[in-house]
Amino acid sequence: MKRRLGALIRKEFLQILRDPSAIAIAFVMPASLLFLFGYGVSLDARHVPVAVVVELPDSDTASFVAGLAQSPYFEPQSFMDVTTARAALRQRQVEGILWLRHDFSRRLLRGDTAPFSIIVNGVDANSARLLEGYLQGVWQNWLQQRARTSGQPFAVPAYSTDRIWFNPALRSRNYLVPGLIAVIMTLIGALLTAMVVAREWERGTMEALMATPVTISEILLGKLLPYFFMGMGGMALSVVLALSLFAVPLVGSVWALSAASALFLLVALGMGLLISTLARNQFVAGQLAVIVTFLPAFMLSGFIFDIGSMPAPVQFVTHVVAARYFVSILQTVFLAGDLWPVLLANSAALAVMAVIFLGLTWRQSRKRLD
Amino acid sequence: MFARIRALVIKEFLALLKDRATRVVLVGPPIIQLIVFGYAATFDLNHVPYVVYDEDHGSASRQLLAHFEGSPTFRLAGQVSREDQIAPLIDNQSALVALHIGPHFTRDLLLHRPAPVQVLIDGRNSNTAALALNHVSSILTAFNLQWMKEHGWHAPPALPELRSWYNPNLVSRWFIVPGIVALLTLVVTLLVTGLSVAREREMGTLDQLLVTPLRPIEILIGKALPGFLIGGLEAAVITLAVILWFRVPFNGSVAALALGVTLFLLAVIGIGLLISTLASTQQQGLLGVFLFLVPAVILSGFSTPVSNMPEAVQWLTRINPMRYFLVIVRGVFLEGADLAVLWPQYWPLALLGAASLSAATWRFRRRL
Repeated sequence: MKRRLGALIRKEFLQILRDPSAIAIAFVMPASLLFLFGYGVSLDARHVPVAVVVELPDSDTASFVAGLAQSPYFEPQSFMDVTTARAALRQRQVEGILWLRHDFSRRLLRGDTAPFSIIVNGVDANSARLLEGYLQGVWQNWLQQRARTSGQPFAVPAYSTDRIWFNPALRSRNYLVPGLIAVIMTLIGALLTAMVVAREWERGTMEALMATPVTISEILLGKLLPYFFMGMGGMALSVVLALSLFAVPLVGSVWALSAASALFLLVALGMGLLISTLARNQFVAGQLAVIVTFLPAFMLSGFIFDIGSMPAPVQFVTHVVAARYFVSILQTVFLAGDLWPVLLANSAALAVMAVIFLGLTWRQSRKRLD
Repeated sequence: MFARIRALVIKEFLALLKDRATRVVLVGPPIIQLIVFGYAATFDLNHVPYVVYDEDHGSASRQLLAHFEGSPTFRLAGQVSREDQIAPLIDNQSALVALHIGPHFTRDLLLHRPAPVQVLIDGRNSNTAALALNHVSSILTAFNLQWMKEHGWHAPPALPELRSWYNPNLVSRWFIVPGIVALLTLVVTLLVTGLSVAREREMGTLDQLLVTPLRPIEILIGKALPGFLIGGLEAAVITLAVILWFRVPFNGSVAALALGVTLFLLAVIGIGLLISTLASTQQQGLLGVFLFLVPAVILSGFSTPVSNMPEAVQWLTRINPMRYFLVIVRGVFLEGADLAVLWPQYWPLALLGAASLSAATWRFRRRL
């Protein structure tokens, strides 16, 4: 049996070498995609253009606006009046407006509460919310600074001291890059196998294989093993890129990372094998691979949209998305370390999925032999 | 010529629709995906689990915690009585935020002394963490204003009035769901056109087509039209669902959207056909579709803003039709943008369409 399996694996490797697209999928694709996306995908706004309208400039408004100019988040642009600023917001030249009315300083001096306006373009609600948050941060800093310098008896009752664990600088790349690895490896796994079995069926070489004394398990193992090792190679390459190029910290152990990756690859390859066994046709197998792998991994894995914020039925659906567990493992191992409760729960889910996909493929293939 | 193209289009439609699996792939998933993704894709925080470590148990801490309990953003996941109980809860993600109120909180506040509230937060997902901190800070502000009024503190010297245009409650679903129109239209159109020529070539039926009186350009038009019709139909159905089901306001004109859809489809079909004529096998065709589709989605501004990307990557997104179409869809839906405002999006799309369609035609002629 070992000899037969060896021969099958050699055949698969020869086919891979003859058609270099498999090597491109396993190595070139993850590296280039991660390179591109690692730079391109970020939720950290920098130098957001903000219109500043000061109707009656003086030292109070100047100290307020100075806080804005010092922050790396903003690129303040002065506007004479709010009408032109509004026009600029409408034409997307600025993302928000900070508007200090003419009575701002007078009311400050009188000891009233001086209102000022923050207007944002709410189309991109997430960015708008972050912008509002940054602008309010400028206001709060200004309040503190003013209380210190003017000696006025202003103090807030409760103030917060924040401690952010695992990612103190709140760099979005630190969690997006591990998530991207999961999305990209989902693609690679499915692509590597989805077309392979379908190709054998379509070309009729599957029947030829079945006429030989090899068993169906050997055929499947022969397909699985070469692609598994190639996938692990691609995974290792991605991790190296994440660490070296994008400076994502790896707090956990390489050992935990490799074990989880191996498990996840089994699921991804198993899914590809199942798709191609069921479809038996490269056209449909290809379409299915796009629809059931990339899009769910992108939208439902928690890579970018937080699963905890989804409605309960959708949260339930995410449980069938293998990438969900891998994203959770990767974010934890990279940023927080080997936290066993998280690792074990997610690995168990991955193991169950691997057994289901490979088992179904095995059953489905055996049936067709009759 | 029209009769020949018509015959070819009918043949293409039959080829697509007679296969049950293809039929299912084209109709079922877009609808399911619209519903699932429409609900899944949100950046708005709901029921963020938090734990409380209250050493004070005074009137002030109770009042502050009531503000948190009243907020739909947060969900109380438990109370702890020792500091070392917090870490495991955050580690295994049972709590995202921990609030630690010190033993002298109420006493300090009653003595008109500021008192800290320590906020511990899981930063693994930095976007969620940043938004949660914003929410914590606005709850603290609301508590402070109330406390200042009731206990005779000086009012704060300045207060912001927040307003947001086009999306007053900052519902991120209004931003993402119109984007799904672009996403699913892109996927379906690419799948229909990207493998079409390669499949005929692999099956050998392309040679049969070539010996008919059909000219190469007619063959390509015959390949393009089904993609256009199916893509256009899906775009229309999904747009209707976004308006009627997800209740996203539609402020612009149908004409502005229709022009955008048309130009977008032409550009995507051009790219799909180009991939298809470059590939000699379906496997290569599929690889090409993937290699275009994945970056086109991730670097489009669909989920993360284009303006956050480095200059070089931003420049690269200029050849991505989805980038322009997303601005059009969102502009038409939320801002009520008209043709004049969207002109900077239309012409690059038209240019991309013209370039990719002529490149596909040229490749196809040469490959013969």
